[in-house]
Amino acid sequence: MSQTITLNVNGQPREVAASEDTPLLYALRNDLNLKGTRFGCGAGHCGACRVLLDGHAVASCETQLWAARGKEVTTIEGLGTADAPHALQRAFIAEQAAQCGYCSSGVIISAAALLARCPRPSEGEVREALDRNLCRCGTHNRIVRAVMRAAQEMAA
Amino acid sequence: MNLDPRTLEPAPGAAATVAPAVAPAAAPAPAKLPGSLNTNRRLDRWLRILPEGIIEVMPGKVEIGQGIVTALAQIAAEELDVDLSRVRMVRAKTGMSPDEAVTSGSQSVQECGTALRHAGAEARALLLAEAARQWSVDAGTLQVSDGLISDVSGRKLAYWQLDSAVLFDRETSGQVAPKAATAHRLVGTTVERFDIPDKVYGRARFVHDMALPGMRYGRVLRPAAPGARLQSLDDAAARALPGVVVVRDGSFVGVVAEREEVALKAVALLRKGAVWSEGAGLPPTEGLHDWMRTQPLDTKVIEDKRATAPARVVRDVSLRYTKPYLAHASIGASCAIAQWQGAGEQKRLAVWSHSQGIYNLRADLGIVFGLPLPDITIEHVEGAGCYGHNGADDVALDACLLARAADGSPVQVVWSREEELAWSPHSPAMDIQIKAGLNAEGNILSWTYDVWSNGHGIRPGRAKIPTLLAARYLEKPYEQFIAVNAPLASGGGSERNAIALYDFPEQVVTNHRLLTMPLRVSAMRALGGYANIFAIESAMDELALQAGVDPVEYRLRHMKDPRAIAVLQNAAARARWSAWDSEEHEEGAGHGIAWVKYKNTGAYCAVVAEVVMMEVVKVKRLVIAVDVGLTINPDGVINQIEGGAIQSASWTVKEALGYDAQRITATDWEQYPILNFSEVPAVEVEIINRPDERAVGAGEAASGPTAAAIANAVAHALGVRVRDLPLTPERVMAAM
Ligand code: FES
Ligand code: FES
Repeated sequence: MSQTITLNVNGQPREVAASEDTPLLYALRNDLNLKGTRFGCGAGHCGACRVLLDGHAVASCETQLWAARGKEVTTIEGLGTADAPHALQRAFIAEQAAQCGYCSSGVIISAAALLARCPRPSEGEVREALDRNLCRCGTHNRIVRAVMRAAQEMAA
Repeated sequence: MNLDPRTLEPAPGAAATVAPAVAPAAAPAPAKLPGSLNTNRRLDRWLRILPEGIIEVMPGKVEIGQGIVTALAQIAAEELDVDLSRVRMVRAKTGMSPDEAVTSGSQSVQECGTALRHAGAEARALLLAEAARQWSVDAGTLQVSDGLISDVSGRKLAYWQLDSAVLFDRETSGQVAPKAATAHRLVGTTVERFDIPDKVYGRARFVHDMALPGMRYGRVLRPAAPGARLQSLDDAAARALPGVVVVRDGSFVGVVAEREEVALKAVALLRKGAVWSEGAGLPPTEGLHDWMRTQPLDTKVIEDKRATAPARVVRDVSLRYTKPYLAHASIGASCAIAQWQGAGEQKRLAVWSHSQGIYNLRADLGIVFGLPLPDITIEHVEGAGCYGHNGADDVALDACLLARAADGSPVQVVWSREEELAWSPHSPAMDIQIKAGLNAEGNILSWTYDVWSNGHGIRPGRAKIPTLLAARYLEKPYEQFIAVNAPLASGGGSERNAIALYDFPEQVVTNHRLLTMPLRVSAMRALGGYANIFAIESAMDELALQAGVDPVEYRLRHMKDPRAIAVLQNAAARARWSAWDSEEHEEGAGHGIAWVKYKNTGAYCAVVAEVVMMEVVKVKRLVIAVDVGLTINPDGVINQIEGGAIQSASWTVKEALGYDAQRITATDWEQYPILNFSEVPAVEVEIINRPDERAVGAGEAASGPTAAAIANAVAHALGVRVRDLPLTPERVMAAM
């Protein structure tokens, strides 16, 4: 049942020994130890598990390994690090745009996909782009401010 | 001050506090120490100085997404006169950390913050006294800068060059005064939270992210309905999956697998092979609140203020408000890891959990497994946002039960979304009846208030039986513990904020606690304070309108507390309350106001809500004023208030836990929708800082007044009143 599948994750080829209907989420978290992508619902509703697949934000809980094969997977860890942060990550810290932070990775991934296709979004466009990401702590407005700040910084 | 660290004694006249080396036969009761120092008196339980110049702070309160750990670090760094960057916050662990019971009720700043203020001040005094002793100078002549002590001659000694282990090996006296507010340089300033970088870089941070060597994955098959018993189980298909072990203990069933996705598949197969009895049954969905009044009740009058002069009541008004059951609905599902090691006398249990009260959880696990408490270690690791007593404790028992079948390997259990929404403890439904007696001007002379609700607490560690979910389903099942309320002095449960803080000549408040509990309920953010403030502040609005008086003005007629008046007036002024009629507004717009003194002892918070009636109630803006006494981290307070307000707006316009005769039907986000990014209101918060007042928590202050302000705004927009939460389009239509 189990086989070896090669994925492109954060710019590197990575081998995963798992059956090809395994959700990408579990391969990332448990096989590749990329814990930044998080489980929230397993049904595509909450956005906590979002990653970029060829630049599109998708729910990794609903993406099976076979569907990721041959595509470029970017997780929150691949977006930026403390040494080389993405503008969004810098902006989230500047705006202190988290409470529990459990939603943060998925939100930042959705925002990165938005900024890639729409570098100067309006506030309404940011909100709309994040409507498939849920946040229970009520951090929404700070998050929107952070995304607007990052957009501005990237455009400058 | 010139203290010899070895003889630091209470000031003359103070009661003796330090147990002498040779205890007398009957030691006098120790003096009360500030905050949680009272129950965790040793200084070295709280603070440690490492040789490399790090100050370790060991709070018993835990990070639940509220930023408390950073605020506590600020407090410790302030008193010790060290840079914040020197402070390292240690995660709470049983046997090591102070036992501060539960991180809840906006108590962390009061209990833990107060302890750290005094412990920090005393630690600093001991270190200075030791330097003074070594140099034979007066400690009062010494200076400290970032942990470096210096004297007038320029000699220097760092804290970490002194033997702090010996100095801190003592009980705290509580006699060293912390800094005055005017001397604060760190407390009261906004600092970046310690935990946010990890969260935005996606570093492993949550208990969900731990990967212990050899760790396996557990999942539970919940019963078909609450109270249902497992009648038969065909587990062959599940066991045929690679690396899967099926665990059964009575009606508790689960699996342990080597791969997480295989554990999920195994549970799906088990579900097909399980036959369950009927559940215990749930209350009626229509007429729930009437049904609640017919249940066996524990009735207590909690306020009985009678007028001394005969009241000239000319008119009585009777009003009824209700609240549904709600779900915590955290974005992350509850999670725990458990590991059994050794056998017989040597058997040990280790647990990693995002519980709000690791010592309390340990007590319940001790009962279930018949283990002496020191043989159980629970370490706190962060979970997703915690808004009260959620599934954190329950999933820990699940993990312990499943780990028994893992041959000493650690087992991680993550709940499904369905378990999180449908099987975590819920926030109780509530029913409130108000009778107001009015005089000719419409002012309130008498106020009778009755509240019906389950208790708001089934937290572990407080009863003789374990309260954890799985305990009810074991081979030897424990009964369902019926929820109780915390004492009113510590804020109460369903009666929280039930006593109106208005100057009514007569006020009688009665709490009716249900003695049946068909839905498993416990504490959620603000507890009874959410529905009680919704009711009281809605009623004040209705009575103001009936009297033909502006709602702010009407409230002020019945208010005396200057801090309450200040938040109310601040929010009203910033929202341009009195200019409303002279300004242009969208079609269907309305505004409303409400306030609270949370728990009647804590933070003051006033909210002005602006709504627009569309196909749903659209909350446009919340203007909030808050007074938490001394503010530790202003941006942290604003973040908490914003979050509490947005969450309450979601409860208020959208949320009700769905269920039928047998089971809870809110099993995914489509069945339990919450406000999304496009729907949340703008929130504007201003803090009224009162450096000389006691610091109190902010997390729960906005919940009640936000609800009432929204309901009052809806009434203002439409001229009709909705008294049943949530304020859905159907309810609004029905009221019109
Ligand atoms: S976990 Fe994938 S969308 Fe919720
Ligand atoms: S910050 Fe907690 S869910 Fe968004």
